[in-house]
Amino acid sequence: MSIDNQIMVDRIKNDPQFHDLVRKRTAFAWILSLLMIAIYFGFVLTVAFNKEILGKSLMGGVTTVGIPVGLGVILSALVLTGIYVARANAAFDEITKNIIDKVNK
Amino acid sequence: MRSQSFAKTAILGLAFAGLAIPAFADAVAVAGTAAVNYEAIAMFGVFVLLTLGITKWAADHTKSASDFYAAGGGITGFQNGLAIAGDYMSAASFLGISGLVFANGYDGLIYSVGWLVGWPIVLFLIAERLRNLGKYTFADVAAFRLDATPIRILSAVGTLVVVLFYLIAQMVGAGKLIQLLFGGFMGAISGGALVGSEYLTAVVLVGILMITYVAFGGMIATTWVQIIKACMLLGGATVMAFLVLAKFGFSPEAMFKKATEVHPKGGAIMAPGALIKDPISTISLGLALMFGTAGLPHILMRFFTVPDAKAARKSVLFATGFIGYFYILTFIIGFGAITLLLQDPGFFKAGAVAAANGSFDPKDMLGTGNMSAIHLSKALGGSLFLGFISAVAFATILAVVSGLTLAGATAVSHDLYASVIAKGRASEKSEVHISKIATVLIGIAAIFLGYLFEKINVAFMVGLAFAIAASCNFPVLLMSMFWKGTTTRGALIGGFAGLISAVVMVVLSPAVWEATLGHPAGSALFPYDNPALFSMTIAFLGIWLGSVTDRSARAARERAAFEAQYVRSETGFGASVAGAH
Repeated sequence: MSIDNQIMVDRIKNDPQFHDLVRKRTAFAWILSLLMIAIYFGFVLTVAFNKEILGKSLMGGVTTVGIPVGLGVILSALVLTGIYVARANAAFDEITKNIIDKVNK
Repeated sequence: MRSQSFAKTAILGLAFAGLAIPAFADAVAVAGTAAVNYEAIAMFGVFVLLTLGITKWAADHTKSASDFYAAGGGITGFQNGLAIAGDYMSAASFLGISGLVFANGYDGLIYSVGWLVGWPIVLFLIAERLRNLGKYTFADVAAFRLDATPIRILSAVGTLVVVLFYLIAQMVGAGKLIQLLFGGFMGAISGGALVGSEYLTAVVLVGILMITYVAFGGMIATTWVQIIKACMLLGGATVMAFLVLAKFGFSPEAMFKKATEVHPKGGAIMAPGALIKDPISTISLGLALMFGTAGLPHILMRFFTVPDAKAARKSVLFATGFIGYFYILTFIIGFGAITLLLQDPGFFKAGAVAAANGSFDPKDMLGTGNMSAIHLSKALGGSLFLGFISAVAFATILAVVSGLTLAGATAVSHDLYASVIAKGRASEKSEVHISKIATVLIGIAAIFLGYLFEKINVAFMVGLAFAIAASCNFPVLLMSMFWKGTTTRGALIGGFAGLISAVVMVVLSPAVWEATLGHPAGSALFPYDNPALFSMTIAFLGIWLGSVTDRSARAARERAAFEAQYVRSETGFGASVAGAH
């Protein structure tokens, strides 16, 4: 690592905005990760321990509760991904750009 | 007995196989050889010509190492999303999941779900940091502040082992699929005596095409082959699902109703069945599916083909959308096969006996249930559509092996040759040259191993690959990025411990020790079918323990260097920019 680069890194490191960004984004990413893990393992453990619930008829027909639940897990993966990308590509990237612009001045 | 063990291996294969073929070996051996389908051959020929044209174009645009390994960073988020989906939607997903739904109904959906939920995790924790820190391989990230030589050896070993196991599984599957789909055609072009068998001709053909794509066209060609194939597969599956639903007036309820009437398992196909066993195996499998994806080298490599972290994120969003949509299609296709094929003797073996209501047992299908999607295409659109779907299935295999080969070749040239052997003094030109040689060698090894292991349990190879990805590559990558305390010693101890324990536990599991190696039931030392829960724990503990006990000067330097890595991984400041040339 060059001296110049080290100075830049030190500047970013001492920027309160950087710590704010990292704290917010890391918390956001971990919350969404845990949510995904909870949804998925909630589904799998229901299958393992209480599969009768999923086999119940949804609206009196042959379609069972398990069908919308399974599709719901697939959809939740997409929705969580979308939520993260929307916030990261707008708000987080804006702050990141700010931080780097300050350093490059 | 045979069909029972097949059912078991198929289920296991599906349980693990994000990208590979479940036990087609058994499937096709039972099926024998079908009549030659000239439409399929013609359409496959068009695909090969088109992709070779792209390879030629890509070769003209491949000038630097960045072009060869990462398509010059010039792939957009949308394109990369399609390419990632292409890497992930293998013939196993298409034929395997629809076959599982065909045989068991709802259970197929449980596995689809497992393969999808790894993607959000890749996005939240891995994708953008990987893009910010690395250049061509995930080893770049792990070696960012750790001692490059040993860390790159570890990463290259992890990469090559995963790639080789996957390649063998794909080659065996490809050979068997072609044997079934293209009938005597392969025998005809081989002249019978030239290479000896249709199977070998098919494997050699796949090997030669994949070497051509990768060696001449590098990542640019590989990406575009992947994108074309993803579009073909999504398009073909969409048409199939549409035609199925159209038969029931677009009412899923009507389709499910008919399915429960004709399926031997009746209403049970609408609920979870017997595929999920004890909670430990279930959790272990869930971990392997979720985190194995985040350790697959050919998937991780895709994040370096986009210009920045923003595009890396978008690619995961698109990939998740495409893959999720595709899994829903396969579910409909599986139910379509139940409703449209089960009472048609034309799709079942000669000796199969129908039940009182005229339904056959899914197990008696020609080529087993794994071929249900292929048969369904014929029922829906005649031999022309059958030809198209067959060509799609083959293109799928071809694209997936190309991605794997490129990842393996990059580990050899970029990690082993340029960093370990030449100590960073290699020129870009010689590095790419070595990569091309490695491509040819890996291709030849894949042909040879594919031939040698014609009879191997494909599920075993794939299970091993996924378990190693989750237990070696993923923990090393995650800990080096997130934990300041990670040292070279810790990463080496944890990485190798995870790798070795995963291999040992898979070999000692009932699926391999008893079902594959033929030891008596109950003699397996490791009672669960999936090692991830244990081997991942060992890997993470190994990294932690090896690091905290490391008092060397090197370890102190590595901890001190975390800050700079952290700043770069979080902001992209100083990240490798697209188009180094």
